[in-house]
Amino acid sequence: MLQIQYFARYREALGQDAEQLPWTPELASLEDLRQQLLSRGGVWQVLAEQNLMCARNQELCGLSEPLLDGDEVAFFPTVTGG
Amino acid sequence: MAIRVQTAAFDPGQELNALHAANLGIGAVVGFVGYVRDFNEGREVAGMLLEHYPGMTEKALAKIEVEARERWPLLGVEILHRVGPLQPGEPIVFVGTTSAHRQAAFAACDFIMDYLKTRAPFWKKEGTNEGACWVEGRDSDQQAAQRWE
Repeated sequence: MLQIQYFARYREALGQDAEQLPWTPELASLEDLRQQLLSRGGVWQVLAEQNLMCARNQELCGLSEPLLDGDEVAFFPTVTGG
Repeated sequence: MAIRVQTAAFDPGQELNALHAANLGIGAVVGFVGYVRDFNEGREVAGMLLEHYPGMTEKALAKIEVEARERWPLLGVEILHRVGPLQPGEPIVFVGTTSAHRQAAFAACDFIMDYLKTRAPFWKKEGTNEGACWVEGRDSDQQAAQRWE
């Protein structure tokens, strides 16, 4: 199972802050997961943004990061703290 | 505690004094305080909501502290960031660094802020006279962080 979290503007656009999805071997990277989410259409197009950031197991990573069963994944817009 | 993420307000002066009191070998204390402004991008700001990613936030800040300590001979580091609702004029963030001599403390404080702004999972939503809107990331912040790579 994958635990997926959405933050800030994405959370609002998607109308949810988290969901669980079964992991399958086809979901080899965060990019594969993003493509699956994008295929839902509609509001999910927000994840196509150029400046999207992501994290795997609470560490920033790129979309090519490998994905494994049990991972916690997060998608979010550019961070704006400080 | 070197890393703190909290909703409560803080007193920057108290934080600076505590950093120095920790070690009499400290010759330099550098502190940065970030505040909520009442104006941004041509809009009046009435308030702000700071969202974060609990769990990852603390890890991201701890990692930035470790990296700063690897680069400079620091005697102390404190990173304090508020979350939740904030009013104009209130402090949002405090970064304090201490060292025997000033150069390390100055550089490390600058570095920590640049990395915090581009790598720590915080998001600002401003309440303005034109409604609430998420603050967008700025290229200048990315460029500032790239200086250290």
